[in-house]
Amino acid sequence: MSDLATPLNGRRAVGYVTVSEDAPRGMISLRGDLSDGGIAEAVRAVTGANLPEPLGLTAGEAGQVAWMSPDELLLFVAPNQTTDALTGLRSRLEGVHHLALDVTDMRAAFRLEGRGVREVLAKVTPVDMQTLAPDTVRRTRLAQVAGAVWLSDEETAHVVCFSSVGTYVFDVLATSAAPGGEVGVF
Amino acid sequence: MLRLHCPNCGVDCDETELSAGGEAHLTRFGPGSEDDDFESYLFMRKNPKGVHFERWRHVMGCGKWFHAARNTVSLRVYGTYPAQVTAPPEALLAEIDAVEPGWRNKEEA
Repeated sequence: MSDLATPLNGRRAVGYVTVSEDAPRGMISLRGDLSDGGIAEAVRAVTGANLPEPLGLTAGEAGQVAWMSPDELLLFVAPNQTTDALTGLRSRLEGVHHLALDVTDMRAAFRLEGRGVREVLAKVTPVDMQTLAPDTVRRTRLAQVAGAVWLSDEETAHVVCFSSVGTYVFDVLATSAAPGGEVGVF
Repeated sequence: MLRLHCPNCGVDCDETELSAGGEAHLTRFGPGSEDDDFESYLFMRKNPKGVHFERWRHVMGCGKWFHAARNTVSLRVYGTYPAQVTAPPEALLAEIDAVEPGWRNKEEA
C-alpha cells in the first residue's frame, strides 16, 4: 500500500502557538435530510457518534461527526477506514436520499496548540473567539478563504479548509502565530 | 459593518462572511412575458432610503440563502427570516411598523 500523504506533507511552524498539519485522517461528506432517522442510525453505526446538534461536534469510538449545515455533516474516521466507512454508510442508506463522498483529498486540516490559540484565530477570522465554546464548529472566513474552526480545549484548535488553499491558510495561521505578534487580549 | 443572524445555522455572521443577493421578493417574468415586465424584472430595482428587504447568502458558512430586513440609512437590522417565503412575515412587518411609523406609505410613493 502506498504511503499516506497530506496536502502539505505535515508542515509545522512554531511560534507563540504551534501550527501544524494534522495527522492524516479520512473525511467523508454526508448530505441529506438530517431529521431522517436513517441517517442518524447510519452515522452511529459507522462512527459510534450521535448526530450533533447544529454547530456541534460529537465523537464516538470510530470517529467524529461535525455539523456543517442544516443538510450536511463531515465525518472524520481513521485514514485506513475511509473506504469501509463509506461503503457502510451507502449500504445502510440505500433508499434514503443522500450523498456520501470521500473528501479526504479535497481538504487540508491543521492543528493549533498553545495558550494563544483564541488570539491567533481572532486575528484572521470574524468569529467572536472570546465566546466560542469548545466543540462548537464554526464555518467561517480565514483571511480571504472559507474554512471551519473549532476548539477541542482551551489550548487546542482545529482548522479544516480546502486543500487547494491549504498552503495559504497554513501561511496565514503561521504568520498570525509568529513570535512577536502577541496581542494579549484574551 | 453589518451583522446578520443566519436563520439556517443560527450563527450571527459578519458581513464579510455573507454574499449579498440584492432585492428580495421579486416576481419573475420569463419567456413569453411582456417586454416591459421582463425589463423591470431584469433591471429595475428599488433603492429606498429606509426599510429594505434583501436576500443574503451565508457563503462562508452553511452556504444557505436567507432574507433580511434592514434600514439603508441607519443600518438597523429589523430581522432575518427564511428564504422559502414570497413575502416578509407579518410579525416582522408589525415590528417594523412599531419603530418606523409610516414606512409603508413611503414605499408606495
